[in-house]
Amino acid sequence: MRITLFNRILLLVTCLLAAYQVVVGVNGLENIPTIAYTIAFGVLLVAGLLIIILGYEVLDSPIVVVVATVIPLSLSLGLVWEHISSVRLPYLIFAVTGLLAIIVTRSLRMPGRFSTFVLTIVHGLAGLTVFLLPSVLAAQGSANPGFGLVGLGGALIGLGGLLLYFLKTGRPIVSREIILRILPGIFLLMTIAFVTGFALA
Amino acid sequence: MRAIRLLRNKINAYLPLIKSMQTALLLSTGLAGYLSAHTTVDFGMLLGLSASLFLAISGSTILNMWYDCDIDIAMSRTHNRPLATGRVTKREALGLGLVFSLVGVAWAIHIDNLYGMVVFAGLFFDVVVYTIWLKRRTSWSIVWGGISGGMPILAGRVLALGKIDLIGLLLMMAVLFWIPTHILTFAMRYFDDYKAAKVPTFCASYGFETTRAIIALSAIIAAASIGVASVMIGVQAGVLRLMAVLSSGLLLLSFASVFRPSERVNFSLFKYASIYMLASMILLSL
Repeated sequence: MRITLFNRILLLVTCLLAAYQVVVGVNGLENIPTIAYTIAFGVLLVAGLLIIILGYEVLDSPIVVVVATVIPLSLSLGLVWEHISSVRLPYLIFAVTGLLAIIVTRSLRMPGRFSTFVLTIVHGLAGLTVFLLPSVLAAQGSANPGFGLVGLGGALIGLGGLLLYFLKTGRPIVSREIILRILPGIFLLMTIAFVTGFALA
Repeated sequence: MRAIRLLRNKINAYLPLIKSMQTALLLSTGLAGYLSAHTTVDFGMLLGLSASLFLAISGSTILNMWYDCDIDIAMSRTHNRPLATGRVTKREALGLGLVFSLVGVAWAIHIDNLYGMVVFAGLFFDVVVYTIWLKRRTSWSIVWGGISGGMPILAGRVLALGKIDLIGLLLMMAVLFWIPTHILTFAMRYFDDYKAAKVPTFCASYGFETTRAIIALSAIIAAASIGVASVMIGVQAGVLRLMAVLSSGLLLLSFASVFRPSERVNFSLFKYASIYMLASMILLSL
């Protein structure tokens, strides 16, 4: 399916927003969260550029699964490091080993559904963290209510990840055409939510 | 009305002679070179820089097309170009190329002697050394094409500072080593075309595997050069982070082209390299 001009524009705006977030960063942070947020938005930026250049064909690549995990995983690492200092180190270890486990299980031929199990655990936990942590902090009043938008971004990234997963497994809940048509819009809304949420935090 | 229509047709035939995208990208490097100095911007000088560089770059491109007309006819990718189809005669192209080149260089010298000499050097390397002397003899000709491609950014910086400095040379090196990611990926994509036109290319001389390795190595040097130059310029941390992200994309695609070679990866590297250069130029100008 060819990518439409409208969807290319949506992706371009997504890329510009991601580039903006990389440049402005999040004020006063230590190295680890800065690197984590840079990786998350950087991967989003480069992935968006590649979809603009190559079209939806790029989504057929096996590396998409890894890329789709890096974004929530590094975002969640940045959030945890920033807001739950007691679990910083365990979460850093989880993020690094989780990513390595996904790369290894996707590169080698693993028996049964082991690779899917690893992906579900790592991606699921990271996605839930990005969704729940900002939402809870905003609801408790520990953070600015606008920070809750990062949680909304987390929900949208979860939706995007699910759609990509169903597309990869060949068992989409809606048709491939519909998924590809709405995906750039979801990416843009997700990035707007993240950028606004971090700006309001 | 007929005269206007004829004029419009002529302009439409002339426009492809300057390869507008390539000229715009090179012009953007010249502007970035000037703005990277972060001196007080003289808009008159900026206008003079844009106009003189545009004329010199366009002039050399037209002279390339004039000299390589037989190659364009032999290649299926280029056989529809105005000179190859006869919509523009060789005499017209030569005249236009010479006028653009002479006016561009003369204007550049009028603005500043050293700047004018750098612009002239770029034109000389491109037309005489690369196109006329080496292009049909050796695949290494792209090194000289690369040096001429790096001249606009050096020229821009020279105009702002009045001297050639280390940062200017680093920026020039970045363009020089970026060029293989653009030209060699292109040569691989149109391998048969270049073979038919008997133009020696790296992939024909050394094979695809070696060419991909050279592209990856060039990408590393280009990204490192632009990174070091950015640090020396004093680019702010956030912009540096963005440059690192964009450079990582370029390196990942280059490595993918080495370890998982495919036409798709090759094409995406070719396209991404142009976006990378344009984005880097914008960021250097901030």
